[in-house]
Amino acid sequence: MLRIFIRLLLLMYVLASASVVQASGGRLTLTGSSTIAPLILEVAKRFESQHPGVRINVQTGGSSRGINDVRLGLADIGMVSRALKASEKDLSAYLIARDGIGIITHKNNPVRNLTGDQIVGIYSGKIRNWEEVGGSNLPITVINKAEGRSTLELFLQHFSLRNSQINAQVVIGDNQQGIKSVSAIAGAIGYVSIGTAEYEENHGTPIKLISMEGEIPTSENVAKGRYQFSRQLNLVVRNTPVGLAKEFIAFAQSDAVKDIIEAQFFVAP
Amino acid sequence: MVDRLFGWLMSGCAALVVSLLLWVLGDVLIEGVAHFSWSFLFTEPEDSGRSGGIAPILVSTLWILSIALVTALPLGLGVAVWLSEFAAGRRRFSDIARVTLDILAGVPSIVYGLFGNAFFSIYLGLGFSLLSGGLTLALMILPVFVRTCESGLRAVNDEWRRGALALGMARSAAIWHILLPAARPAIGAGLVLGIGRATAETAALVFTSGYVDRMPESPLDSGRALAVHIYDLSMNVTGGDSAAYASALVLVVLIVLLNTLAQSLLEDWFKRRVFVS
Amino acid sequence: MSWIAKGIVNRTDHRLSMMLAVLSAGAALLLTLIVLFLIKESWPFLSSRWHSGSWFDWLQYQGWYPQENRFGMAPMLLASLAVTLGALIVALPVGLASAIYLQFYANPKVARTFRLLLTLLAGVPSVVFGLWGLTRIVPLIALWQPPGASLLAAILVLSLMVLPTIALTSAAALASVSGELLHGGIALGMRRKTQILHIMLPAARSNIFGGVLLATARALGETMAVLMVAGNVVQFPAGLFDPVRVLTANIALEMSYAMGDHRASLFASGLLLTAMVWLLSWGSYRVTRNGREAGQYG
Repeated sequence: MLRIFIRLLLLMYVLASASVVQASGGRLTLTGSSTIAPLILEVAKRFESQHPGVRINVQTGGSSRGINDVRLGLADIGMVSRALKASEKDLSAYLIARDGIGIITHKNNPVRNLTGDQIVGIYSGKIRNWEEVGGSNLPITVINKAEGRSTLELFLQHFSLRNSQINAQVVIGDNQQGIKSVSAIAGAIGYVSIGTAEYEENHGTPIKLISMEGEIPTSENVAKGRYQFSRQLNLVVRNTPVGLAKEFIAFAQSDAVKDIIEAQFFVAP
Repeated sequence: MVDRLFGWLMSGCAALVVSLLLWVLGDVLIEGVAHFSWSFLFTEPEDSGRSGGIAPILVSTLWILSIALVTALPLGLGVAVWLSEFAAGRRRFSDIARVTLDILAGVPSIVYGLFGNAFFSIYLGLGFSLLSGGLTLALMILPVFVRTCESGLRAVNDEWRRGALALGMARSAAIWHILLPAARPAIGAGLVLGIGRATAETAALVFTSGYVDRMPESPLDSGRALAVHIYDLSMNVTGGDSAAYASALVLVVLIVLLNTLAQSLLEDWFKRRVFVS
Repeated sequence: MSWIAKGIVNRTDHRLSMMLAVLSAGAALLLTLIVLFLIKESWPFLSSRWHSGSWFDWLQYQGWYPQENRFGMAPMLLASLAVTLGALIVALPVGLASAIYLQFYANPKVARTFRLLLTLLAGVPSVVFGLWGLTRIVPLIALWQPPGASLLAAILVLSLMVLPTIALTSAAALASVSGELLHGGIALGMRRKTQILHIMLPAARSNIFGGVLLATARALGETMAVLMVAGNVVQFPAGLFDPVRVLTANIALEMSYAMGDHRASLFASGLLLTAMVWLLSWGSYRVTRNGREAGQYG
């Protein structure tokens, strides 16, 4: 009896390890930016339907995770929502779309526009009430992103801030979490991907993108270069891509997915 | 007078606890049932989980749980038997083992997650997969399981051992037919603790088994556990609260069901052990 | 429990013994591996701190800004301690009172239902408590002091989570006190309150303490429920309404995005947590031993 039990166990492990070997065929893992993930999920669905037997796993995280996982071999392709830095030249990036970063507030907030100085003032804790920037008497809840998110890096860069200068009341991870927090707190301010924000706004979430220095944050304005605070959305691999990864990147850059990019409020390159 | 006041105070505290706990359970039940339907269990999530169901998530959860139990159960039982029946000559070693197990039982689950990510996902190259997650959870529940089983075995009266010996039974036979069945309640308790912890775990799974909410095809696919799904719905999805409550209801019911099932299976198995063979 | 005779050599026995020894060694190896891997992965961070002479920097207040190479863990350590302590302060008296009610006042039927409810709640996953806290407690506090996600919310949710543990273990501890002590108290004509507070509680205190330590370890190690309701801003909590980030939540939030020294520093905080649990069990070992020695007089 004991022997049978042990044999069964061994069998299970052999089966598991066999599936390890067998499974490494038509499989692709992508990790990284939570901005790009919803887009890639849709692209992957279309790719899978054209390539039966292929399975694409998409995990969200942050851009740094995308880079990290590709370097460690945990992912085949990383999703990075910014240009590569000088220290990341061991990887190669493939541009699939462009996106902007916009300031969002609760839908009921009467403020329509903020200047760069006002945003710096709010984020560094010098301005603490919406009254001071022409709104109603409501304390400001500053929502900041956690370390490792490219949106945070670009935001700091754009306003020449350091993260230690920011005085936040809530720290969030994903874009979606930021939008959920802003929609739940009347006096909140946050910054997220314009694509994600427009998508949520159109689906009835009570948030609102507001203009910065008079520039209106829409994907259309990003496309026409009328909104400065924009960034690249990249797929990143080690060395040059081969096989399935190469095919997938080519597919994501092709015209065949242009409609998906626009449906997600991003800008085709 | 003072006596009666004291009694009232104690009863009042108990009533407070009951009402708070009923508030939590009632919320989960009411909000959960409102969103729940049978198709919720059998369809794929849509629109980031706002609509649709949790079928692939349930499958992933059961995968992770069975991998964890299949690994931890025999290993844990073996270690427990060795510690209580064979390690007598090595008292110092078994003492160290017990203290180590006690400490490991208290280590936060997130630390197991760190280890699982570094060891299973990266070092062994299993990536974000149900297998990495299941093995991480196996390690997490191992110390508690071993300690409960071991104390159950040690609590078995020595008379039984002497009797078996007098009958000329081999030690292995005595363990198999007498000691393990006698320690049944403790093994059951260990099992329930293990199932409870493994099914409820969130933190350790986020960076071992991952986030993918699709139907897993093999243990090497990434899969989202039910607890991770609840976390994601409530933190990252606007308007996901009602689906989160429905998932929470399913999770609580699942844990209760699994525990009942485990207990009755154990009962059944031991009955055959004692009387037939 | 050792076997009385070591004799009767049997091949199956021998094989079983060997097999189990190998299994145990394997398990021990795996568990040692955990600590070794934590040290290995945090080594780059620890050694770079050592070489730059900023070994104890993480204890001083200099903030947690990994991108600026500043790894001040002190605020998060303090937040972890504050949340745990707060949860215990709330849960201990209430839990103990429920245990006393369960053991001395409730009629058997009520006691059984109460116990069942507590057991059920001890099994409810932390993420469910987190969800409940996020949708019920946080908005409630936000009405009063926005944003609501705060130290207070974390303390309330955590105390609710450890309540069943404290109540159940304390009730078991009270039940295990010998009836003779209680009868002695009754014979002396003591009041019920005096019997409970001055005889039963002191006699059960070492076991109650064990349950409290269990609850402390759980509160200290809780990740998701706290992450969901605490707001996660790294700062020294100045008041109950300030958002805080605890050590465990920090690992969960940043682990998947961290690289290099940042990643290593998260493993280092994992080591720190393990060390705290180790201290806790060492302390409990000392206290329960002393308690047992003094038990006769207490």
